[in-house]
Amino acid sequence: MAERGTLRHAAKNWRVLMGGALLLALVIAAVFAKSLAPYDPLDQDLSAQLAPPDWHFAADAHPLGTDSLGRDVLSRLIYGSRVALTVALVAGILTALVGTALGLAAGFFGGWADTVISRAVDIWSSFPPVLLSIILVALIGTGLWSVVAAIVLIDWTRFCRVVRAETLKQRRLDYVDAAIVAGLTPGRILWREIVPNILPLALVLLTLEMGIAVVIEAILSFVGLSISSDAPSWGGMIAEGREVVHEAPWVLTGAMLVLLATVLGFNILGDGLKAELDPVLR
Amino acid sequence: MSDDVLAIENLSAAIRNGPTLLHEISLRLAAGEVHGLVGTSGAGKSMIGRCVLGILPAPVRVTAGGIRFLGKQLVGLSERDRRAAGASLALIPQDPLSALNPSRRIVSQMTDVMRLRLHLSHAEAYARALAMLDEVHIRGPQDVLRRYPHELSGGMRQRVLIATAFACEPRLIVADEPTTALDVTVQKQILRLIRELQRKHGTSVLFVTHDLGVVAKICNSVTVLNAGRIVEQAPVADIFLRPQDAYTQALFAATPRYDRPGDTLRPLPADFA
Repeated sequence: MAERGTLRHAAKNWRVLMGGALLLALVIAAVFAKSLAPYDPLDQDLSAQLAPPDWHFAADAHPLGTDSLGRDVLSRLIYGSRVALTVALVAGILTALVGTALGLAAGFFGGWADTVISRAVDIWSSFPPVLLSIILVALIGTGLWSVVAAIVLIDWTRFCRVVRAETLKQRRLDYVDAAIVAGLTPGRILWREIVPNILPLALVLLTLEMGIAVVIEAILSFVGLSISSDAPSWGGMIAEGREVVHEAPWVLTGAMLVLLATVLGFNILGDGLKAELDPVLR
Repeated sequence: MSDDVLAIENLSAAIRNGPTLLHEISLRLAAGEVHGLVGTSGAGKSMIGRCVLGILPAPVRVTAGGIRFLGKQLVGLSERDRRAAGASLALIPQDPLSALNPSRRIVSQMTDVMRLRLHLSHAEAYARALAMLDEVHIRGPQDVLRRYPHELSGGMRQRVLIATAFACEPRLIVADEPTTALDVTVQKQILRLIRELQRKHGTSVLFVTHDLGVVAKICNSVTVLNAGRIVEQAPVADIFLRPQDAYTQALFAATPRYDRPGDTLRPLPADFA
């Protein structure tokens, strides 16, 4: 009942609407890439290298131009959304799970668990994240799943910190004492009483984290540490486009714009959800 | 006396590697009795209640003495045994907002406890929650059960908490300044309500407060605390008519009197504060 009410209310929030629309476009592009893309993203046409955008909708037109190997930019952008979406979902959710679990444990149980986890967070966050991810990927090898692993290993601290602080705050509220007096076991108090109060926060963080994951993947693609440079990814396109930016600015521009729109979508959605999910603010 | 509901014997508690908060506290509470714990801030009155309920803040430990509840020693029990022994204990907390989980409806918060403690089914627990809300004079209990805590007024929330506390037929309720966070008119109703239910159910109440007026209204006997020590312990009439200890006398002298408007307020003498 309230859940449906919340959804209906959230649907009137322009941030949720706009963020949701941007991300919906991303999902559609990723899922229906095959039917949406006019060309195969790997097809090279050496007779049409760096062709400018062509809006005549002829059968062999390239609406957003081609890159230095004559590959269709629009098709590569559409297929690149698959990489972005995969990374956003898988890395985002895994990061959220790991970070939230550790943050809950640290905040709820305190003592040595808190000491160990909090010190690990401190040490972890003293490394520059991009450098750390490059080292990690260099160590475990390139590829999409290495990128996901690197994102999880780097960004779990973001969740851990915030969730720990919020758990500490909730832990001190009287309702937890009341639950102890009522005879609930610690596990049940954590799961039934505290987690529901952490969830909105974790969800907001998750949407932001998805945006961050997309950016990290683009950075790693840019330096050639993500999927193979042949396969379409936005970061890789930015890297290629940079080399020909004077002759063919459309390669760089297209990839940058979709990256921007995606991250913006995640951030706006996170902002909107923050306002909608808090039962008191609502 | 073996028929005491609660017997605290020479209880001492301290912060680990720190100061002692409670010095050899002893008190007895018979069935159906309301016992007041009074004192200024930091006197240790809430700490006694927390010792009984087993919700001491992390660095505080019971260092000596015991708490006998219904003949069973509570100090030194494992967490699991403690949960079982606490089945006839309940709490009416100070702040009725933070004592309810903000993200859960009233209904699940009330029925959870009953299903756990009384082994009721969903339907039975729901029926009992309705009956209890009726007992605390809440109109439209079905509607209240559907609400989230922030949708209710402070007095309403405190009524819900009182209903929850009495729902499992506890033998002892610790009321930790239950009226402090409420405004004066609601305070009076809440006090009357606790008194009414306590009589009806024959529940003993350990009533923590700093308000001597509240003590006079609701308690049978009183323990006056200062800096973690018992200053005076007596039936309520004795304390009010013949306070023996200098601290108790100072406490009474410091109470503002609405019936003597010309009086100046007298603070507690510095050596007590």
